[in-house]
Amino acid sequence: MIRYIRRAAGFCLLLLVALLLNAARVQVFQAEALDDNPANRRTTISRYEQKRGDIVVDGRAVTGSRDSGEQLRYERTYRQGPLYAPVTGYASQTYGTTLLEHAEDDILSGTDSMLAPLPLWNEITRSRQPGGDVVTTIEGAVQRAAYNGLGGRKGAVAAVEPSTGKILALVSSPSYDPQELSGTGKAVTGAWARLNGSPRQPMLNRAIRQTYPPGSAFKIVTAAAALDTEVVTDIEAPTRTPEPYVLPGTGTTLPNEARGCRNASLEYAIRVSCNTVMAELGVRVGMAGMLDTVQKFGFNDDGLKIPSGVSRSNFDTSMTADQLALSSIGQYDTRATPLQMAMVAAAVANGGELKSPYLVDRTTDADGDTVTRNSQKSLHQAMNPATATQLQQLMVDAVENGTGTNAAIPGVRVGGKTGTAQHGIDNTGTPYAWFISWAHENGDGQPAVAVAVVVEDASADRADISGGGSAAPIARAVMRAALAD
Amino acid sequence: MTATTVDAPPPDLRLPKRRGVELSLLVCAVLIAVYGYIDVGLTKNGAVPPDAAGYGAGLGVLALLAHLAVRFRAPYADPLLLPIAVLLNGLGLVLIYRLDLETPKDQAAPTQLVWSTLGVALFIGVVILLRDHRVLQRYAYVSVAAALALMIVPIFFPAVNGAKIWIRVGGFSFQPGEFAKILLAVFFAAYLAANRNALAYTGRKIWKLQLPTGRVLGPIVAIWLLSVGVLVLERDLGTSLLFFGLFVILLYVATGRTGWIAVGLLLAAVGAFVVGSLEPHVHSRVQDWLHPFASIDAGRGPGQLAQSLFAFAAGGTLGAGLGAGDSILIGFAAKSDFILATAGEELGLSGLTAVFLLYALLVARGYRAGLALRDPFGRLLAIGLASILALQVFVIAGGVMGLIPLTGMAMPFLAQGGSSVVTNWIIVALLIRVSDSARRPQPEHVETGVIAPVVEADQ
Repeated sequence: MIRYIRRAAGFCLLLLVALLLNAARVQVFQAEALDDNPANRRTTISRYEQKRGDIVVDGRAVTGSRDSGEQLRYERTYRQGPLYAPVTGYASQTYGTTLLEHAEDDILSGTDSMLAPLPLWNEITRSRQPGGDVVTTIEGAVQRAAYNGLGGRKGAVAAVEPSTGKILALVSSPSYDPQELSGTGKAVTGAWARLNGSPRQPMLNRAIRQTYPPGSAFKIVTAAAALDTEVVTDIEAPTRTPEPYVLPGTGTTLPNEARGCRNASLEYAIRVSCNTVMAELGVRVGMAGMLDTVQKFGFNDDGLKIPSGVSRSNFDTSMTADQLALSSIGQYDTRATPLQMAMVAAAVANGGELKSPYLVDRTTDADGDTVTRNSQKSLHQAMNPATATQLQQLMVDAVENGTGTNAAIPGVRVGGKTGTAQHGIDNTGTPYAWFISWAHENGDGQPAVAVAVVVEDASADRADISGGGSAAPIARAVMRAALAD
Repeated sequence: MTATTVDAPPPDLRLPKRRGVELSLLVCAVLIAVYGYIDVGLTKNGAVPPDAAGYGAGLGVLALLAHLAVRFRAPYADPLLLPIAVLLNGLGLVLIYRLDLETPKDQAAPTQLVWSTLGVALFIGVVILLRDHRVLQRYAYVSVAAALALMIVPIFFPAVNGAKIWIRVGGFSFQPGEFAKILLAVFFAAYLAANRNALAYTGRKIWKLQLPTGRVLGPIVAIWLLSVGVLVLERDLGTSLLFFGLFVILLYVATGRTGWIAVGLLLAAVGAFVVGSLEPHVHSRVQDWLHPFASIDAGRGPGQLAQSLFAFAAGGTLGAGLGAGDSILIGFAAKSDFILATAGEELGLSGLTAVFLLYALLVARGYRAGLALRDPFGRLLAIGLASILALQVFVIAGGVMGLIPLTGMAMPFLAQGGSSVVTNWIIVALLIRVSDSARRPQPEHVETGVIAPVVEADQ
């Protein structure tokens, strides 16, 4: 009997070994695959187990966390959600994250290895650090001025500090409250469906994710190309351009809104916004020259990150002469984000050097110690410094004597350019009103701010829609707010 | 050691009783359980649970009373059995308490504590009242009748979660099949002890297989068939598998007939295949085992087994720490059948290995008592009881970890379930009793009426 007992004991030992090997299989060898299974909610649960770090504007958090008491514990809250939505994006337990909430998620959720005091030890213990904060370059006053200026009309504002590239305001209107999307459940899915179904597209970030035909505002780029390539050497000399102007190779005549454009000087053409002059100058610069300049301003770049990705602003790379003529006055396929146009104004204001725009000044750990700090970087030398000086003069002239008088601020050197872009089939859509400008306080070494404003549905007649009427006052308010600091 | 002087009587060969070892191990077991309890509180609420001292004192008193019963009534018993049982039971209470924190409306730990107290009370009762395990041999047929009755009764009660194994009276429910395990073990041991020679050496030989006479084998096969049949009717496959395993192991140990085991396993395999293909409840369990993630692919979210595997994987090598896991995601039966997943997630592979080794130690001590005993009934009883534990742990642990198809069964001592805890305490009490007999010094004279042990060739 004893022999059989021993064999039965051996059988039990076999069962034990099978259990242990199987445990090792599940807990060690297959553990990673099981952990990463999308149906495994543990990653999600641990993500929301602690307060999310905050996004900071002017030293004050514009976000928060709320203990929901549910399985996914902390939900995102927003102070002044609609105002800062184009900056923060949303952090939803149902729909993921966007914009800064997405780009800086590692810091905010505490998984960034830089947050861990002992990275290797954290790998072993798999512990999560308290979420760090993201300090933005946004200035609340500038942001509010832009938001209030748009006043719920469809449109967007981007403001940057020309000398550094710091983004001071990023506004899209109409906006939404990202807090509606924070949690889970019917209310959230309902809000999602409502926001996405709305014809006014409140969740579209028009400042960086929507491109518009820039219209006449683009003439600054064409002027830069003309000066840089020495197609124009004297801004006060006649340009020998005809009016009416027939688009090369076609029978189509290009109309002018302004008067007196025949053979006008570049200065006059910018002041009153002559289509004929700028179209012809674009053609004279030629495809290669225009392309070189627009790319130095940041067009045709789909890799720009602030750190959220910015949509590609377009200038076609292969066109016939008539298409190039239209493109040179911001029509045809030329499209730009409001941020791109703010970069155009900033490059002019900053002596031709285009700084890479950025939204995050620094990130900190939960105790406020800096983890990473962004510093200014040069993106391109968009034009010669001499060209920039001449363009500044042209833009100041446009504000003082031309289409942009609504943007003038007493005692401050302000340069600007209006734009009115037709769109839709046969240009039947309501035109977009543009205004790009910069402000340089007398006696200051650096220009204070560069702004681009676009207003989509300013429902007024052609003359009023022109950038000078709808967009310039908003730009002025934004510049005033930036100057006040 | 031999006496050298004529006058002095030879000193008694005193076998160490090892009660002190048992007591110190018990203290460790209680301390580990209390530590776990405090750890859960600290992790979940950031504070020591207010009743930690009371919990520790309660468990300590239970352990002390059990120890005193053993000290006075079974002084030669194996010193490891009781501490292991206390540790596993204490750990089970900690895990259930920990899961209770996630389900404020369903508090299982207090009930489990009451059942554990009852279990220890029965343990003490058995140790005190049952002076000699051989008494049980007389009640073989009473046992089997009671076992069958216990298994048949639940058929008349409504099914719970697909299995008709519950008796519900008022708010009180228990699984009689749990108690039937012990009774069947007693019957198998008694019957096989009495008839093993007849089984092994008589009967006709067909080819290489020696068949016993129908007169001897008949009753045992009939009762086994009946019990398994009842279980299939009740759709409680885990217990069915357990009974079959118990029967096969005891038959083998009693007779040493490998051929029968082979035939038995073959029949079991065929039966399992047929039941697995035809019976929908079982069929779905087999499908879940083969494709634990099928429901995820089908868009219905992870099933219980998938959630259980996620929990084990989340534990990794070192575990998340008590109170820091998310095994509650398993949902239904997280505190009972799937309690091991919580241990796996929060204690990790290391903790799980320790738990498995505790069970292995418990089983090994049972087998050791079986080896040391001199009467066949005691041997078979010890092997049977130890095998029940071994098989039960394997069936449920293998089930929740995807090694074998999942069948509902309670992890001994750990899982929520009153009948199970009480039964396991009785099993440990019986093991205490047989191990006491095994290690007790031989009396000078052979009791009349008991056949002297046969010295076997292979000893």
